[in-house]
Amino acid sequence: MTTPTPAISGARFVNIGERTNVTGSARFKKLIMAGDYPAAVEVARQQVENGAQVIDVNMDEGLLDAVEAMTTYLKLIAAEPDIARVPVMIDSSKWEVIEAGLKCVSGKPIVNSISMKEGEAPFLEYARKCMDYGAAVVVMAFDEVGQADTKERKIEICERAYKLLTGIGFPPEDIIFDPNVFAVATGIEEHNNYGVDFIEAVKVIRERCPHVHFSGGLSNLSFSFRGNEPVRRAMHSIFLYHAIPAGLDMAIVNAGQLDVYDQIDPELREACEDVILNRPARSADETPTERLVTLAEKFRGTDAVAEKQAEEWRGWEVTKRIEHALVRGIDAYVVDDTEEARVAIAARGGRPIEVIEGPLMDGMNVVGDLFGSGKMFLPQVVKSARVMKKAVAHLIPFIEAEKLPGAKAKGRIIMATVKGDVHDIGKNIVGVVLQCNGYEVIDLGVMVPWSKILESANENDADIIGLSGLITPSLDEMVTVAEEMQRSEMTIPLLIGGATTSKVHTALRIDPAYKGPVIHVLDASRAVGVASQLLSDTQRDPYVSSVSIDYAKVREAREGKGQSDLLSLADARANAYQPDFADKSAAPAQPGVHVFDDWDLADLIETFDWTPFFRAWELAGTYPAILTDEVVGESASGLYADARAMLDKIVAEKWLTARGVCGFWQCRREGDDVVLPAEDIRLPFLRQQFKKSRGRANFCLADFIDPAGDWLGGFAVGIHGIEPHLARFQAVHDDYSDILLKALADRFAEAFAERLHQHVRTTLWGYAPGEQLTNVALIREEYRGIRPAPGYPACPDHSLKPVLFDLLNAQENAGITLTESQAMLPTSAVSGFYFAHPESQYFGVARIGRDQVEDYAARRGVDLPIAERWLRPNLD
Amino acid sequence: MMTAREQFLAEAAKRILITDGAFGTEIQNWKLAEADYAGALGLSHDQKGNNDILALTKPEVPEAIHRAYFEAGADIAETNTFSANRISQADYGAEHLVREINVESAKLARKLADEYAAKDGRPRFVAGAIGPTNKTLSLSPDVNDPGYREIDWDTLVDVYLEQARALVEGGADFILIETVFDTLNAKAGIMAVRKLEAELGREVPIMLSMTLTDLSGRNLSGHTVEAFWHAVRHAKPLTIGLNCSFGATQLRPHVKTLAETADTLIMIYPNAGLPNELGAYDEMPDTTAGFVAEWAIAGQVNVLGGCCGSTPAHIAAMAKAVAGLPARQLPELEPVTRLAGLEPFIMAA
Repeated sequence: MTTPTPAISGARFVNIGERTNVTGSARFKKLIMAGDYPAAVEVARQQVENGAQVIDVNMDEGLLDAVEAMTTYLKLIAAEPDIARVPVMIDSSKWEVIEAGLKCVSGKPIVNSISMKEGEAPFLEYARKCMDYGAAVVVMAFDEVGQADTKERKIEICERAYKLLTGIGFPPEDIIFDPNVFAVATGIEEHNNYGVDFIEAVKVIRERCPHVHFSGGLSNLSFSFRGNEPVRRAMHSIFLYHAIPAGLDMAIVNAGQLDVYDQIDPELREACEDVILNRPARSADETPTERLVTLAEKFRGTDAVAEKQAEEWRGWEVTKRIEHALVRGIDAYVVDDTEEARVAIAARGGRPIEVIEGPLMDGMNVVGDLFGSGKMFLPQVVKSARVMKKAVAHLIPFIEAEKLPGAKAKGRIIMATVKGDVHDIGKNIVGVVLQCNGYEVIDLGVMVPWSKILESANENDADIIGLSGLITPSLDEMVTVAEEMQRSEMTIPLLIGGATTSKVHTALRIDPAYKGPVIHVLDASRAVGVASQLLSDTQRDPYVSSVSIDYAKVREAREGKGQSDLLSLADARANAYQPDFADKSAAPAQPGVHVFDDWDLADLIETFDWTPFFRAWELAGTYPAILTDEVVGESASGLYADARAMLDKIVAEKWLTARGVCGFWQCRREGDDVVLPAEDIRLPFLRQQFKKSRGRANFCLADFIDPAGDWLGGFAVGIHGIEPHLARFQAVHDDYSDILLKALADRFAEAFAERLHQHVRTTLWGYAPGEQLTNVALIREEYRGIRPAPGYPACPDHSLKPVLFDLLNAQENAGITLTESQAMLPTSAVSGFYFAHPESQYFGVARIGRDQVEDYAARRGVDLPIAERWLRPNLD
Repeated sequence: MMTAREQFLAEAAKRILITDGAFGTEIQNWKLAEADYAGALGLSHDQKGNNDILALTKPEVPEAIHRAYFEAGADIAETNTFSANRISQADYGAEHLVREINVESAKLARKLADEYAAKDGRPRFVAGAIGPTNKTLSLSPDVNDPGYREIDWDTLVDVYLEQARALVEGGADFILIETVFDTLNAKAGIMAVRKLEAELGREVPIMLSMTLTDLSGRNLSGHTVEAFWHAVRHAKPLTIGLNCSFGATQLRPHVKTLAETADTLIMIYPNAGLPNELGAYDEMPDTTAGFVAEWAIAGQVNVLGGCCGSTPAHIAAMAKAVAGLPARQLPELEPVTRLAGLEPFIMAA
């Protein structure tokens, strides 16, 4: 079985461990001063274990030989593989200490920091040395005049530093600006806007200095409240809550010094927020600073109180204690508490699994919600997941003991979604089905490279390998896996599944690459049948040979077909579709790019197309008839009820966030290209080349655009925040909820695409202001205009996606990124182009000729082999 | 006039280039006696096995080997200077001869490279080879004292600088920092070349080649192939690659990884298989050539050659196997922050 892991990867915010810093940690300082290096090394280890992605090492202490201490410490942690696996941040205000550190670090570190304090010459000299040593660098917003305080000064200095650095060839992506977090609430009026200055400056610098990152030391912010830890923690958390969306992507902060945004006393939170954001006074007789200073006194010393509270929560009821431990990430007592809960449940005849389903899941729900809404930060959630893991680990022996003895697995199956692909609903369903039928499934997850698949198959002595993928580039990757299996002379069967896979592709491309059995599995219901035949002594051979004969037939049929039924590209172009451009849609009412940070989820549910949801669960039929279907009606209704219940929770507890962006650009058609002159973008499209009958045209998306000038739209929508929820499901092996949530998230994404398109038609572009369509009519696409997506039949080239994403700035505007195979992250996401001409319609490009691939490669400005790889599915 | 870097890039754009093969195993075939090594230098230590010193005492040996590799089709000659540094030569009491050995070795390779280039008009290159030394900057030789190091950064930079300076003086086009088992040693090598560039006032292109110590794809200092690339990318190396380690079959997955992540030329020169029970390499030339040609066909390499156990016959077989194959295209990398500990870390843009 797979081990539960917190599935919270790809977060943009980098967590830098700061406890190995003598200026930040009294304990670390004491250890270093006392020369207790072994204990000091353990501090670094704990930080990495607690999720630090980079560790900051600082030895700037007056009584210490900092060069010596830095050197000694870095050499010692280099000897610890579980610490040395993460990069180091060499932190000192003295260049000699930094350089001594650079001479000890074998990877690529970050230097923290350099600045223009002593002028341009030394600044550039240090920067050149960083380049020679191979290090990224934190640049403080500091110049000859002093530290940048106002927004304007921060921008001015950072921009100047950026120009100087890039001028000597310093890679811009290796620059991390620290625009100085300054103390607020000092009583000096000029300081009031420092928090806002920082946040606003980051926004501007990020725009003007491409590829840079931002860091900040938080402790300055709350300097006025030193000695008052509760207030300081609250201020840090609130500051991060606002600065991260602006672009702050790393901060040197102790996860333990942060509060959960939602758990900060509301009065204190408001007062801190007023100060940090420099809001106007709420009453005439008290400024925000005065209010916070007064209020702060109430919280002073609550650390002692908190410590008492720390004891106090131990007296609570056990489920409350478990929740508290999960939210706070305290693992000290969780095994005892879990055991207490288990004994209590057993006493009333319950089963150990109920501890997971009850108190543990409830606690993780709270954590997931807080994280999903940006109120807890990554390091805290990692800690919570660890607590959960500890609790589950304690329960597993009890759960195992319950299982029937002598139940031996029928076979061991390795499953993986291939490299570059992130889709796993289908794979997880197959995995569950196989497990329910007594097979042992080792699920390697998503984006798995072939080397890991083979390695795992060998290590575990697997009986079968199952591959899954949704997007077309995954087909190539599956061929790679098959080739590698052949190369290592494996013989075990290879199962192929996933939405874009097909018997034809498997027969044509994958089967010839591997001598062992290769079987395309159409859906999960067939998986058990296929697996049992493959692992049966008597049925295996007849089954394998029948499949291979079948595939050979497919190949023969393909060969017989030949290439003759394609038109030349010139002929196909001569038969292009010619819409009447007198009818073309007017210019958009609201041109430009539109961003939607949080589309109402309840609104999207109204637009759900439920039929594909049931298809994902392999229930055939059309909604709503399926609910009363004779065969599947009962299970469909049950599933629907569970889905509805989860939807209620999703909305009420705001599990998910729908973020989207759309835009419209002036364009014109040039041949099969659509050219966006203002953006200097050329979008080449593909044309159907197969022979048409009865006067049908050979379509190309460019046909719908007026050569004399027209408009093109684009959009990308994504459903965010699913990870913490999946994490808590996975953590407890709750595959059902895991798959249910993923399937619902996909529905949200599709519904969002549909709703946004409607909004575009009626309002933003506004070419159909009076459109009144029922949901059924929407699902049937009875509207004007289309929204084809890169990678789908009308526009099969996935590689247009990055171009579309750049136009939309989709990564920033909607938080959607692309993998190397152009799969979108988050997984539940939809993107595409808008064509508004009333005659525009969907079609499939299907097979194209070599002449078009060559022509396309030239138009796209790539080499032929690259174009061939992208268009592989259209070349067969 | 084109610089050596430009000329190399131009050739590499046309085809797969070939570097040479092993020297050590070739020298063994000459069955030299101690006196052959020692010559008339009057050194106090036994010189048997000091292959690099032959440049001074029996230059016809390295000359014949270079010639054999050029005849086999090599585009690059790697100087016979793997151990020609102050640390390694101290074992032979020959540390005062470091400059001389390197200058003479480079001159020899240069002379032959120019001779062959003049014959057929195809450019030949000289890579000044710098070995790792037997000291390591990031590991302690004493298990009870993990913070101890046998050598420090500044010393090693000086050692490398002395060797690199002499190699370039003798006519080397590039500095090849090879068999990198400790990434920090390689970084010191890069720093040495940077200092040399400052002295000379011109660029000295760097070639880097890592060696793996286990099949999971890490070197002795623990870096994965991708982490190594992140740690040395600042060198803007002309080539990056792998050598020695194992045979081609074991290197295969790591070549693929490197080819996907490195936006510079890839140079791979594996051993001729794994040594047999007697410690000898017995993989046949066509076998090795068949393995490495697969990388060429898959578009994963730009330069191929051999390390331990390879012979001119291996190099000839490789040259034949990859003739006419297109060169690998360089991938374009996103400008994201690539950091590394022992493992790579990429900061989202």
